[in-house]
Amino acid sequence: MPKKILILYAHPAQDQSEVNVQMFAKALNIEHVTCVDLYAEYPQHDINVELEQERLRQHDVVIFLFPLYWYSTPAILKDWMDLVLEYNFAYGKQGKVLEGKVLLPVISAGGAEVAYQEDGYNHFSIRELLRPLEQTANFCFMQFIAPFILFGARTAVEEGRLSDHLRRWHTLLQALIDDRVNIDKAKDLEHLSVDFEGILQ
Amino acid sequence: MTVYFIQAFIYLCAAVIAVPIAKRLGLGSVLGYLIAGVVIGPVTGLVGSETVTIQHFAEFGVVMMLFLVGLELEPRMLWEMRNKLIGLGGLQVGLSTALIMSGCLLLGLDWRMSLAIGMLLSLSSTAIVLQTFQEKGLSKSEGGKSAFSVLLFQDIAVIPMLAFIPLLAMPELAGSVVAGEDDHHGSVDLVSHLPGWLYGLVVLASIAVVVVGGRFLCRPLFRFIAETGLREMFTATALMLVIGIAALMSLVGLSPALGTFLAGVVLANSEFRHELETDIEPFKGILLGLFFITVGAGINFGVISDNMLIVGAAVVGIMLIKAAVLFSLARLFRITRHDGWLFTLSLAQAGEFGFVLLSFTVQNHVVSQEISNILSPVIAITMFLTPLLFILFDKVVLRFYEQSEEEKSVDDIADKGTVIVAGIGRFGQIINRLLIANDIPTVVLDYSSTVIDNVNKVNMKTWYGDASRPDLLHTAGIEEARLLVVAIDDQHRAVDMVKHVKEFHPHVTVLARAFDRAHGYDLSSAGADMVISETYYSALELGGEALKALDVHPFKAEQMKMAFSKTDHESREEVYQEWLKGDGDNRFTRSWITLFLEIEQRLVAAIKRNRIEGHDRSESGWTPPPKDYLDEFD
Repeated sequence: MPKKILILYAHPAQDQSEVNVQMFAKALNIEHVTCVDLYAEYPQHDINVELEQERLRQHDVVIFLFPLYWYSTPAILKDWMDLVLEYNFAYGKQGKVLEGKVLLPVISAGGAEVAYQEDGYNHFSIRELLRPLEQTANFCFMQFIAPFILFGARTAVEEGRLSDHLRRWHTLLQALIDDRVNIDKAKDLEHLSVDFEGILQ
Repeated sequence: MTVYFIQAFIYLCAAVIAVPIAKRLGLGSVLGYLIAGVVIGPVTGLVGSETVTIQHFAEFGVVMMLFLVGLELEPRMLWEMRNKLIGLGGLQVGLSTALIMSGCLLLGLDWRMSLAIGMLLSLSSTAIVLQTFQEKGLSKSEGGKSAFSVLLFQDIAVIPMLAFIPLLAMPELAGSVVAGEDDHHGSVDLVSHLPGWLYGLVVLASIAVVVVGGRFLCRPLFRFIAETGLREMFTATALMLVIGIAALMSLVGLSPALGTFLAGVVLANSEFRHELETDIEPFKGILLGLFFITVGAGINFGVISDNMLIVGAAVVGIMLIKAAVLFSLARLFRITRHDGWLFTLSLAQAGEFGFVLLSFTVQNHVVSQEISNILSPVIAITMFLTPLLFILFDKVVLRFYEQSEEEKSVDDIADKGTVIVAGIGRFGQIINRLLIANDIPTVVLDYSSTVIDNVNKVNMKTWYGDASRPDLLHTAGIEEARLLVVAIDDQHRAVDMVKHVKEFHPHVTVLARAFDRAHGYDLSSAGADMVISETYYSALELGGEALKALDVHPFKAEQMKMAFSKTDHESREEVYQEWLKGDGDNRFTRSWITLFLEIEQRLVAAIKRNRIEGHDRSESGWTPPPKDYLDEFD
């Protein structure tokens, strides 16, 4: 039984995107993957809560695909969380709909990896910065796994790093569908590329 | 009278049968007309010597065609192509003349006769080439544009040639020519007796009349006619303009084609351009067709079979020489790959001006009657072969380059395509401004010249014309358009327009402005892809302002607007289906009204529930969990 994947893609300026647009396009025609461009579907942030909750019910893995904005998600993903993850749906006594599902952030970050350290200019590791997301997943009984990140995203194309990243992205999606990702291992990494081969079974 | 009817019927009948068949077989319409001509002329003998007279009349089609070509060409574009015009055109005429002349000299002809033959054969057929370009959509290609500049130069070159040829007269021929050869170009001629300097002044003055008149007189005239709202008056005015200029040019001994071309260029910037094109187009089409038929009918098989070898050799020789010249010019001017081949193959024939000059040379005792009798079918045959060369281009050259050029097509996809905006009143203006601000090319049509005047003042380029006319949509480029925005006032016309476009151009997405609910449904059932009621969103906006004025929090007011809009939108389909069940005249049946009231209730309920209970699914809620929810987590 293949796992079903839901990609919630949030990018407010896609005509300027170099990384996320390509990643989204790569995922579009893969079987068992549902791709949702949130800014396209809700240009006025008028999120259809019922529809989004139904989508969550239908899928096993939820991926947030976004560029890192001020150490967090773009606004519409926050709106999406505020509106869709309702009491007695995502949390609370009767709110067990998301139990056991996997939440995976897929991120492009401007800074280099060395910046996301105690002595780097961002001072915190990416895992630390993503704690709000991690705790949201925990609160909703979901399994949060380490983010799949492209650091230094502004120059990835020029430095020829994008094609490798896209290839890995495709491999990762396929492995998630086939349930070949070691979730327990993936939970503990700083980010998935630290031991990419290691988490694939 | 009866004779004319029968003749007209024969010509039309031949065209109606031959052209669609030729088109179906991929031969193009020009070849179809030519074949039709051959069948009714030399083969069956249905028509006889009157074809020559008809041909002179039909040449007016060429004049109209150049008017239309001029309309497509703004003065700025003409100025930009000046290098090509003089360089390419000048070299083509010069080199072809020189080579053909040397060929004639080698055959032992007199140098004066050789030079005249060289000049008249260096010209190509504007009629066939432009017509075929248009049909195959090649006008905008690099090869097409280069070929056009050569043709234009040739049309201009005819004037000095006409002046020059009498100087080549050979006294020994003077006695042998049969008098009375009819010169259609100017049996009425006002200027032949004038001295050179005065003639020059007259020529300049007439050109000035065309340019200045076109610039300053035509627009008020057309505006005046447009305000009467009589379509046939507009057509009559357009015809009057073209014929008047042709007459003026003939009177002063200039080429009528050149004069109307100039007038076209002058009018290319005017808002009446598309309407003029639409009105003249059918006349041009029929006259040109007639012209091609007469070329076919005029082929004299007797002369050909008597001089089989000479005619054959001449045809091959001329086309090879012209093609060689064109090919080297293409190389020289870097017209590469398939464009170079198009340039070479399309212009390798002799043209209709060749016939004109040929009879002119005979009259002026430059070329002997015997030579002329041979050259005439030679010119006709080269014209006959041209459509075949176009087929060669399609089947061989394009195929060859298609395979090597597949990666280039990415550019085409990036091209956004144009948008046609019908109606530039209060509604259309906003749409057009938004599109233009985003660098999207639009073609705007409106039929109120007052409105056009006003928007042209603020630099919004608008064409005059009734946008609900299918032929006007055609000239506006509906075939290549991606979108049609219907923003005209007239409700019935709007519906007809949507219906027509959806039927004949299903690839075009149609967005329409509705006057009210019923009109919106009409537009939907006519096939519009998206319908917006003209007052809906502004009313909603003002309603939101009303809520805010009553101290509802702005963000809350926004949510209320969205909830309203969403509920209304969701019920739209349901109401529309109910409306469809009613009959044509009275769609608003009792059950429709019941449904409408029910939906109104639903709307109120949705909003009220949200307002009082603070929780509703039909809009974003940002609803906090119950006050005691923390107990669960201890």
